[in-house]
Amino acid sequence: MADVKKIATRESYGKFLVEYGADHENLIVMSADLSGSNKTDGFEKAYPDRFVESGISEQDMLAEAAGIAHSGHVVAASSFAMFAAGRAFEIVRNSIAHTNANVKICATHGGITVGEDGATHQTFEDVALMRVLPNMKVIVPADDISTKKLMTAEFGEEGPAYFRLGRAAVPNVYTEDSVLEIGKGAVLREGNDVAIIASGIMVAPALEAAETLHADGIEARVIDMHTIKPLDEDIIVKAAEECGKIVTAEEHSVIGGLGGAVAEVTAQKCPCRVAMVGQHDVFGESGKPAELLKKYGMTAEDIVKAAKSL
Amino acid sequence: MKTVQELKEIASSVRIDALRGIHAVGAGHPGGSLSVTDILVSLYFNVMNVDPQDPCAEGRDRLVLSKGHAAPGLYSTLAHRGYFDPEEMLTLRKLGSRLQGHPDMHKCPGVEMSTGSLGQGFSNAVGMALADKMDKRDRRTFVVTGDGELQEGIIWEAALTAAKYGLDNLIAVVDLNGLQIDGRVDTVKKVVPVEDKFEAFGWETFSVDGHDMQALLDVYEKAMAVKGKPVCIVAKTVKGKGVSFMEDQAGWHGKAPNDEQLEAAIKELGGDR
Repeated sequence: MADVKKIATRESYGKFLVEYGADHENLIVMSADLSGSNKTDGFEKAYPDRFVESGISEQDMLAEAAGIAHSGHVVAASSFAMFAAGRAFEIVRNSIAHTNANVKICATHGGITVGEDGATHQTFEDVALMRVLPNMKVIVPADDISTKKLMTAEFGEEGPAYFRLGRAAVPNVYTEDSVLEIGKGAVLREGNDVAIIASGIMVAPALEAAETLHADGIEARVIDMHTIKPLDEDIIVKAAEECGKIVTAEEHSVIGGLGGAVAEVTAQKCPCRVAMVGQHDVFGESGKPAELLKKYGMTAEDIVKAAKSL
Repeated sequence: MKTVQELKEIASSVRIDALRGIHAVGAGHPGGSLSVTDILVSLYFNVMNVDPQDPCAEGRDRLVLSKGHAAPGLYSTLAHRGYFDPEEMLTLRKLGSRLQGHPDMHKCPGVEMSTGSLGQGFSNAVGMALADKMDKRDRRTFVVTGDGELQEGIIWEAALTAAKYGLDNLIAVVDLNGLQIDGRVDTVKKVVPVEDKFEAFGWETFSVDGHDMQALLDVYEKAMAVKGKPVCIVAKTVKGKGVSFMEDQAGWHGKAPNDEQLEAAIKELGGDR
């Protein structure tokens, strides 16, 4: 299943915008002084009349995005996750979520793989912040192919969404003929001993962990929970019933993130043990992405360890 | 088109019904509703291209009340303009009402943007005007802010954007009543001279007496003739305008009148209800 080519989901987003913009003239793209980093520069070059450079003012960008959306457009607005979800949170809540504006917030540089920029730029809270907003969908794609497929689906829907995209290159876990549906988790590997529910860049390590567990005689089911909201409760309940144990894996705080979301479902519908791999209530620091993932416990080995702890 | 005399009479009725609504529920913001009334009445009755029978008509002008707490003033203006029955003002802020404590675009006809969190409506309006520019749609966006509201940073972020894109289809009106919850704007955090600030940010500005109907109509004419720049009209107003005991009193920012106070206010405003 795996394709060796690695590409960051922010790159996939940039390519998607240029392709989608060709036959969707009502798409407006906004960026807050980071068009090279969040990859909106390709769209800017291709369709300069439909690109808005907001400068370093994320709050203004997102409030304006609501105004543009309520004038009949679909708006893709981009900044780093820290600023789009964090700094502008209350704007996103009142101007976008509450008014149900057709704004797709495409936030790049989520998580610890921002790397050397350090703690001020490493977001572990964005999924939690966006997940509590009524109307807001929250989507964390795992690779290039799923980014394109999920964006193509979501940009055709009315209403707000938050896409969490990464800086670091990741391998494809999907193939071009994979079918993805927003709100439906995808089972990437079958198994009934433990279920690993992962999102974003942790999906590939989850598959690696399943291989390791297989060698030890443990068959792990691997689920890509690309849509954190609306959450696929059925697939979680089924995993809890059939596997009895769940490991969640995310590049985000386990508080309020995928781990918290899965535990909310199991606690209410099918109690089972849940071990959470992710950031555990601490800030990050500067370092290389791989070093940081190791230090803060977000690797395939950590998933294996968590699975065996249950 | 209404005569200046007619506009004044409408403004009195608008003020009375705003106060009746606030009185009925025992909560709301009379001070800012009364200060902004003449600005809204002159715009909705003589300037803006709107159709109360078709609130979402293509090509209509749009107004965002960024100082959303003055919702009773906006609702009462919309009601008297024909969007709904002024008697509906008595449902203000009550459970199930279309007239929410702060304007809700999905509930109340004529409300173009949900506002209340200060500063956001201004930036929303810049986005709306920018969309019209990009779409080459010939219509205007009006945005009404308070003066205390200018303390919000997003106002100035959006002001830069509006200037950058030369949004001459955007007219901002500042309801400069000089008061905010904690007291005088000059004491809490001074924002004047507002004209100089907007000019420095690349806007054209005008100053006007916000309670002089003829002066307001004249200044809108001038503002609409400006090309290549957004326009800010600084309207000097009196908080609580029209009711002597509410005028220029910060204490009437967010307090409802009791029965006697309502009666006295209606009398002062020339009402006989």
